[in-house]
Amino acid sequence: MIKAVGKPLEEVIGMVENFRKILVAGCDGCVTVCEAGGLKEAKTLASALRLYFTQAGKAAQVDETSLTRQCEPEYLAQLRDNIDGYDAVVSMACGCGVQFLAEMYDKKIVFPGVDTCFMGVNEERGLFTERCQACGRCILAETGGICPIARCSKRMLNGPCGGSEKGKCEVSSEIPCGWELIYQRLKTLGQLDRFENPVEPKDWTTSRDGGVRKIVREDLRI
Amino acid sequence: MRLQYPPTVRIIEVPCTGKVDINHLLLAFEQGADGVMVVGCLEGDCHYRVGNLHAKKRVKRTKEILDKVGVGGERLAMFNLSSAMGGRFAEIVQEMTQKILELGPSPVRMAMGKAA
Amino acid sequence: MSVQTPSKLQKMIQSGNFAITSEVGPPRSADGVIIEEKGRLIQDYVDAINVTDNQTSVCRLCSLAAVIRLKLMGLEPVLQMTTRDRNRIALQSDVLGAASFGIHNILCLTGDHQHFGDHPKAVNVFDLDSIQLIQTVKIMRDEGRLLGGHEFHVKPEMFIGAAANPFAGPNLEIRVARLAKKVNAGVQFIQTQCIYNMDTFREFMKMVVDRGMHEKVAILAGITPMKNVGMARYMQKRVPGIDVPEEVVKRIGGVPKEKQADEGINLAVEQMEELKGMEGVRGFHIMAIEWEEKVPEIVQRVGLYPRPKLDG
Repeated sequence: MIKAVGKPLEEVIGMVENFRKILVAGCDGCVTVCEAGGLKEAKTLASALRLYFTQAGKAAQVDETSLTRQCEPEYLAQLRDNIDGYDAVVSMACGCGVQFLAEMYDKKIVFPGVDTCFMGVNEERGLFTERCQACGRCILAETGGICPIARCSKRMLNGPCGGSEKGKCEVSSEIPCGWELIYQRLKTLGQLDRFENPVEPKDWTTSRDGGVRKIVREDLRI
Repeated sequence: MRLQYPPTVRIIEVPCTGKVDINHLLLAFEQGADGVMVVGCLEGDCHYRVGNLHAKKRVKRTKEILDKVGVGGERLAMFNLSSAMGGRFAEIVQEMTQKILELGPSPVRMAMGKAA
Repeated sequence: MSVQTPSKLQKMIQSGNFAITSEVGPPRSADGVIIEEKGRLIQDYVDAINVTDNQTSVCRLCSLAAVIRLKLMGLEPVLQMTTRDRNRIALQSDVLGAASFGIHNILCLTGDHQHFGDHPKAVNVFDLDSIQLIQTVKIMRDEGRLLGGHEFHVKPEMFIGAAANPFAGPNLEIRVARLAKKVNAGVQFIQTQCIYNMDTFREFMKMVVDRGMHEKVAILAGITPMKNVGMARYMQKRVPGIDVPEEVVKRIGGVPKEKQADEGINLAVEQMEELKGMEGVRGFHIMAIEWEEKVPEIVQRVGLYPRPKLDG
């Protein structure tokens, strides 16, 4: 899922300090799973903002809510009845949700409450790691189920590089060398012969480099 | 034990400090509390294993928030003791009361008072 | 090594003599003159001179400009190219540019991650990796074709090189397998990472020879003399992919400060003497970083000066 982390509180205060009626809108999707922007986190942020405004002697109304998803017009529509009562919205959804909310309510000032970081997994509660770069043409079948685009810091297709040391990436000892992982997996699967054949340059047109992307599923559209 | 301690504390009982949420702590300050104490079992002795460790992390995070919003993280503190340590309980209430008296009333309560 | 090019380095290797290459680190300014000075310092002692390409992601005068300057001086340069900073369009473009000045040697590298350098906030490219760059240069040279399909007649006649690091992870088998991949991709010469752990290197060369790879690619052993014990420690602890055994650090640190540089040179010379006798080692790549003035002494002490004169 998408992993995000709450923006530093001082940054959010800086965004909203001159507004008087603020809605903090959480999202029950990905940001709830990574405990960054769900209802609970929206309540925390709203509470913190209320404390800030009160001790600063500024009268302000800060309410919280959470939507099922902010990347879906039907759910965003739930805000229609009461959004006019606010002069700013802090959306705790991922970057997609913030934008979609702002598109639907285009006369409303919308601020992002979280920093959207990457697509990844929960290795344990509170430990989220990147797994996918959305390159648009999945090669996991060729690399033992481990992605070199996401897990190699140099997105090499013919790794590992000369900086791989004791199973760690040269960028940081906290990052496992993606190609060491691939090597171990291919060894387990008995596919080490894959290592000997050079892999051709990637066609990056399906990734960000090809331009802003779209999927059209005619089979789903009436 | 009938020990004396200042009548400044409003006690809210929970089955384990692990039940205490960041939002509960912030709510207390929103409602004008000058200080908040989270009192849990000794580390390693939590009846629910690690409830008090979760509480410790949440208290730390809440203190950071309180610092950033101008209330002050020193108004929140966590203490660990066993339910048999009545004497220690009286002590920590004295300590906390003293600290809060020195800090003065919460700026939130002051502002609410002015607004009223 | 099959494809012939006008490269003088290739000729030296093919003559059966030990080949020697070294490197010049370009300046962090627009000063081209310093490259000429460094080039002149070592020109009689080496067969080809590498110019590094924004090494360790520190922004410097580019390898391409520097190698053109060396070429115009009459020297034999080796263009180094990392894939960190350029996409396939720029890489192929620079190969054509270098070739248009008669540059015949290229070292294809992936490149250190930018967090090591002075511009950690930059984006990185890595459109290709080193192996794909080797393939690309080979296609340009042998087929007169770009990756995008365009065909041309004036081809870059490049002697293709790459790096090998026997000391990096995961293990020797994979480092040898990766070398095999580079050979399959078309690499003709290798400059290894600097060697301090002779046991590991010996084992690596044995595996290379067992697979017959030493007949397909010329391996030049990397040598970097230690200046002092501080440098030894730094390389041991802070530079990924370099293996400095404790005995080496102790040896350099075991002599008084003013003697440490000499001891570093002694060690380098001893290593080279031993490597001369190792099967598969076809020469040396001396990386005397900011210490280019020591290259002449090193080459002389291992008995490889003067450089053999070859016809043509």
